[in-house]
Amino acid sequence: MGKFFAVVLTLIALASAYPIVTHMYVQPVDISTHGHAIDEQLSDTMAEAGFAFLGAQLLLAFFVWRFSNRKNGSKVKHLPGGAKLMVATAFIFVGTEVLALGVLGQKAWAEVYFTAPKQDALQIQSQAGQFAFYFRYPGADGKFAPLHPDKIDEGNGNYFGLDLANDVEARDDIVTAELAIPVNREIHLLMHAKDVGHSFYVRELRIQQDFVPGLDLSVHFTATKTGKYEIVCTQLCGLGHYNMKAYLNVLSQDDFDKWLKEKASEQ
Amino acid sequence: MRTKGVFLAGVAILAAATMTTAVPNGGTVSGKVTYEGTPAKQKPIDMSKEPSCAKQHATPLTTETVVTGPNNALENVVVYISAGAPDDSTPPSQPAKFTQKGCQYLPHVLAFEVNQALEIANEDQTSHNIHPLPKTNREWNKSQPPGTPPLSEKYDKPEFIPVKCNIHPWMHGNFAVLKNSHYAVTQGEGSFTLPNLPPGKYTIIAWHESYGDQTQEVTISGNETKTVNFVFKAKPY
Repeated sequence: MGKFFAVVLTLIALASAYPIVTHMYVQPVDISTHGHAIDEQLSDTMAEAGFAFLGAQLLLAFFVWRFSNRKNGSKVKHLPGGAKLMVATAFIFVGTEVLALGVLGQKAWAEVYFTAPKQDALQIQSQAGQFAFYFRYPGADGKFAPLHPDKIDEGNGNYFGLDLANDVEARDDIVTAELAIPVNREIHLLMHAKDVGHSFYVRELRIQQDFVPGLDLSVHFTATKTGKYEIVCTQLCGLGHYNMKAYLNVLSQDDFDKWLKEKASEQ
Repeated sequence: MRTKGVFLAGVAILAAATMTTAVPNGGTVSGKVTYEGTPAKQKPIDMSKEPSCAKQHATPLTTETVVTGPNNALENVVVYISAGAPDDSTPPSQPAKFTQKGCQYLPHVLAFEVNQALEIANEDQTSHNIHPLPKTNREWNKSQPPGTPPLSEKYDKPEFIPVKCNIHPWMHGNFAVLKNSHYAVTQGEGSFTLPNLPPGKYTIIAWHESYGDQTQEVTISGNETKTVNFVFKAKPY
């Protein structure tokens, strides 16, 4: 019985590892300049975890095979060093694995989160509020007008709280429900939380960042393929969280200019 | 002499008690509500986060905070009698109907009476969460999944109440909870008619969600029609 268990265990372990090793898991299309680094990191993580998993399962199978059907009364041998050595070994193995992942992955992480955007990145502000995303482009004056939460008037389409009557620089700001960006241009997305915590996630961009009320956060990225991609909120924010999404529309520079002009005329 | 005074007072009280809120062949107040100046631009609404609603509007809807008609007519103005007519002691038995369709509140301004039944229907494929924002009445919000029966509510105090949807931020409407049945909401031409008025002195108020209210007084002596017009000042911002 024990040997049968060892065989089954080995088969399950191999069958589980197979789809990982052969990369059968499908990933969404990568449209980001840093996407490749993130995907590599994911593969490395899968590989490391996979080896550790296989190693542990095969070791278990070996012990089960070797020591099953033991006759009553036979002496149980102990590995030298006892529990202390086991614990130390575990620490070293797991510690090394985690450190390795950290060391290998820090470059990809730093590229996304610890480098500043380029000076000429296109600045767009996003606002996450229960339960929709809205976006603001600075308009002809290149400046974002100040926000006044007491002026928020959603019935009028004033989602950000612009004071159009008094702030002249607010009159050229372009507010949209869609995040359109030009392809191959670095975007610096400023992130403002209107109420509670939300999160910006576009899986094809391989980027995810929480909106935190009170914090001025941002992400920067460059999209490499045109098309429409979903932005979903990935931080539970209330009863409408399931419904909270917007669309990222990556356009050619010409199409983007046309789109922005059209949106400006609607303000 | 004193007896005569008491007798006359008694007759007056009796006459007042028999006076109903509306009389057939009574007087009428009618008129037009218009604006002068440039109203704020109404913006198209992007409903892409709710595809089942977005596809119902080949041309996107626009915001409705200032809706205008031909010849500077101002729509969605509630014109009502605020003084001079008694409050309705019992509300109408017919419910006031409000619906959510294509992720829009219809009508944009719903006028009804204190304690009148308010029926809110969801005709969309998506859930809504209607949230009226009163200041004196009780505040509530209710989820309404698609296919569920209409909600029933009522308000016990007169008030103008903005209405929003917690799930779809662009949805906006208004409830006008009034004390009697003498009211009208202007539509295309901006005109209103308040008929069946017994003789008396009346205060008429015209209320607009963006421009506030204006008051005028009018006296009805018989079954004549008195014209009362309102002109609101529109501003671009």
